[in-house]
Amino acid sequence: MRPRPMSPHASVYRFQYTMIGSLTHRMTGVGMSVGLLVLVAWLAAAAGGADAYAGTTAVLSSLVFKVLLALWLLAFCYHLFNGIRHLAWDLIYGFERREARRSFRMVVAAALILFAALAWLLFCRGGAAP
Amino acid sequence: MSTFRLPPNSRVRRDGKVYKAASDARKVRTFRIYRFDPDSGENPRLDTYEVDMGACGPMVLDALIKIKNEVDSTLTFRRSCREGICGSCAMNIDGLNTLACTKACDDIKGDVAIYPLPHMPVVKDLVPDLTQFYAQYAAVKPWLQTRTPAPPDRERLQSKAEQEKIDRPSACILCACCSTSCPSYWWNSDRYLGPAALLSAYRWIVDSRDEATGERLDELEDPFRLYRCHTIMNCTEACPKDLNPAKTIAEIKKLLAERQH
Repeated sequence: MRPRPMSPHASVYRFQYTMIGSLTHRMTGVGMSVGLLVLVAWLAAAAGGADAYAGTTAVLSSLVFKVLLALWLLAFCYHLFNGIRHLAWDLIYGFERREARRSFRMVVAAALILFAALAWLLFCRGGAAP
Repeated sequence: MSTFRLPPNSRVRRDGKVYKAASDARKVRTFRIYRFDPDSGENPRLDTYEVDMGACGPMVLDALIKIKNEVDSTLTFRRSCREGICGSCAMNIDGLNTLACTKACDDIKGDVAIYPLPHMPVVKDLVPDLTQFYAQYAAVKPWLQTRTPAPPDRERLQSKAEQEKIDRPSACILCACCSTSCPSYWWNSDRYLGPAALLSAYRWIVDSRDEATGERLDELEDPFRLYRCHTIMNCTEACPKDLNPAKTIAEIKKLLAERQH
């Protein structure tokens, strides 16, 4: 007998807030781990002397890295607040459907507000532009 | 593993048959239904059925039965009670797992897409093979385990509060809507027990009469069996009985953490 086919899953399941929230948490976590490597490279350059530091800083000041930095910042903001949501869940708070939906909206809103504030501090007040 | 693409024998052909409604139909609704015939040797396909809702009951199951009775008797699906207590007609309707008998067609916008429960071996059309799902249920030993003899003159009694703890989880009908809605279960159903089995496990862990609580927790303390739950919450969103498997899994995790101290 032919093996049984597998029914469609990710391609047919509605992409609702539950999966969006979880997938985003995963992706922002992985993204920040990659970002950590860049931070390590920058610190290593600082330890390697003035020339190495100046070279690395020039690369990190490029537009590409500024966009990446903004994305890492956004990832951090989302991951932070959704992490707090997970902590609440670990204490068995907020498991009713209505609560979970509302807390997701709150996480997204809080992440965007914090991102806007930090981005303004870093990019507009000149924190990230040496 | 997370494999998003379906295996070659499972990819759904879009060139299915189309069954038009009669010309005097008053209120036509289009149903796109997953079809798989194990005898044909062909891949699954989507068939399109136009149904006159003016001459059909309100639920998705009513439409399926109408199609089977009047249009295409080969359409295969499970159903029994038609009132949301047997769990037979669980399927993926409009992108969400639910029971066809309690899902009103009017609650769905546009065409009605119907697939079998996701990421399951398909026996035929909308009938998935639930063998593994039932084996996982059996694996949590869903029966009372005791060491002490029962009182000679009466049953093992419970207080009202003790009974209330198991009221909600006892209402599970094992329809598999929750487990097959869970991405973690999709990728790890060979090792992760899934929300339905864990809900049952919890029901016996908190049963005041059960005397195997420690062993039950031991069985679940495993990176895969329990901890593949990442609180995605698809299970709770899908449950047609309004139960909360995600919450009960969190309760089990909490019990495991608490017994470390």
